[in-house]
Amino acid sequence: MSDLRDLYQEVILDHTKRPRNFRKLETATNSARGHNPLCGDRLTVYVNLKDDVIQDISFEGSGCAISTASASMMTESLKGKTKSDAEALFRCFHDVVTGRSEAPSETSKLGKLAVFTGVREFPVRVKCATLSWHTVRAALESEQKEVSTE
Amino acid sequence: MRATTERPVSTGRALSFEVHKIREDFPALRQNVRGKRLVYLDNAATSQKPRVVLEAIQRYYTSENSNVHRGVHFLSELATRRYEDARSKVRGFINAADDREIIFVRGTTEAINLVASTYGRQNVRAGDEIVVSVMEHHSNIVPWQMLCEEKKALLRVVPINEAGELLLEEYARLLGPKTRLVAITQVSNALGTVNPVRQIIDLAHHRGIPVLLDGAQAVPHSRVNVTELDCDFYAFSGHKMYGPTGIGVLYGKAHLLEAMPPYQGGGDMISSVTFEKTNYNELPYKFEAGTPNIAGVIGLGTAIDYLKSIGIDAIAAYEHELLEYATKTISAIPGVRLIGTAHEKAAVVSFVFGNVHPHDAGTILDQEGIATRAGHHCAQPVMERFGIPATVRVSLALYNTREEIDLLVQGLQRVSEVFG
Repeated sequence: MSDLRDLYQEVILDHTKRPRNFRKLETATNSARGHNPLCGDRLTVYVNLKDDVIQDISFEGSGCAISTASASMMTESLKGKTKSDAEALFRCFHDVVTGRSEAPSETSKLGKLAVFTGVREFPVRVKCATLSWHTVRAALESEQKEVSTE
Repeated sequence: MRATTERPVSTGRALSFEVHKIREDFPALRQNVRGKRLVYLDNAATSQKPRVVLEAIQRYYTSENSNVHRGVHFLSELATRRYEDARSKVRGFINAADDREIIFVRGTTEAINLVASTYGRQNVRAGDEIVVSVMEHHSNIVPWQMLCEEKKALLRVVPINEAGELLLEEYARLLGPKTRLVAITQVSNALGTVNPVRQIIDLAHHRGIPVLLDGAQAVPHSRVNVTELDCDFYAFSGHKMYGPTGIGVLYGKAHLLEAMPPYQGGGDMISSVTFEKTNYNELPYKFEAGTPNIAGVIGLGTAIDYLKSIGIDAIAAYEHELLEYATKTISAIPGVRLIGTAHEKAAVVSFVFGNVHPHDAGTILDQEGIATRAGHHCAQPVMERFGIPATVRVSLALYNTREEIDLLVQGLQRVSEVFG
């Protein structure tokens, strides 16, 4: 059962039940929609980008516990970050949850997001954790976009 | 241990079904996954295989392997006999009139694609219509969409009610002078609904419209009689009925198959080839180009022997009893909403669970060694109909037990604990 606690940590469950920044952002300059056809998860990420800095960020949609918590925690970590900081964090998060990097130095860069390291033991759930990240990346690339995990 | 479970069914009949003895026939059931005893409840995706099927495949490759319909040597004659014997077994199993009406394909999907790209291309023109239902598996939607796109034809969709039952009046209204084919599932993989195919066929035939039935979920669980049903095409897969993957069957009425162009070109499907003119082989070989899945066909034939040895009616009665137990116990869990509550159902219980996403429930159940399906079950339109992205689906087979359903219920309680 320890594996299961690794996946569904308290912090994750808390964000699933009470997602932060869960709303439409009226001041959004950029947005993108993400879709995981495998589970039917759909979300939209809104970003207010000014001088390459994420002034505000939010999301809405429906998904599983992992994708909702990941989106919620992502919005908290990206607020105030520059586009290149966000890109670096995306790469680090991606490498850790896919198991590409197990180096503690990488995990430590994630801060609170390190709770998602347990996902790498559940390969079919990796896409749930990364959906919001792929979506925010698409939002930052262009003003309106749609991405799919498939 | 050979325990006999005797349980009264709702009709009051005593049912004797030696499930524990049957379980011994399935080597895959005797394993632990994630440190727990495997509870396999994903049979609508694919069933486990009995030892006799595994042995038949092994025996074929070990001592009977040869190509069919070709050589004059001993092994080729033996392989050909085994292959054609299996065709006769399939014919008998679904009560078709003639071996020539049994075409071996890779599975239900290929069977439907075969009909779409031969019969469909030949008979569907611009403005024509094909009727499917909202509860179809993607394999009985997409081939028709592709055909409609190519021919500028129209796909008409029969709606369902809240219980997941086809609206027959709506269906009857959709049938018209432009309808070229009705393609409908006998049993829904996502909801478990058993459709009134007899009536569906009668209504279509009354207007001279042929009917294709997707029998993938029906064949392993109930007696199928294509002659009595009078369906024009019937498609099913071997792997959901305790046979191997990669083998399936298309049944078609001989006069329809005769008139259809071939599906693929190659060896075996011809009677003579010159660069000026090729003559196609007679049925069923016209539709079986290239070396077929011989081992798969032999395995399928053995799976049929196995099903017959237990008795399809006994299986249907036992599974019905299990379904009633599963429906009762699962729907008693707080927060559970069943998706698919048709009056006539096969042994499928599909549900959503409070605010818990089916994938989270599926992951937690998996940690308990319980294999279920979480997702849209390749039937996205039906999920959309119910306004949900996915369900947890429990699909039962002849080897499942009440104890396993109890373990599932415990597993779902665990899900509640995690997300409580």
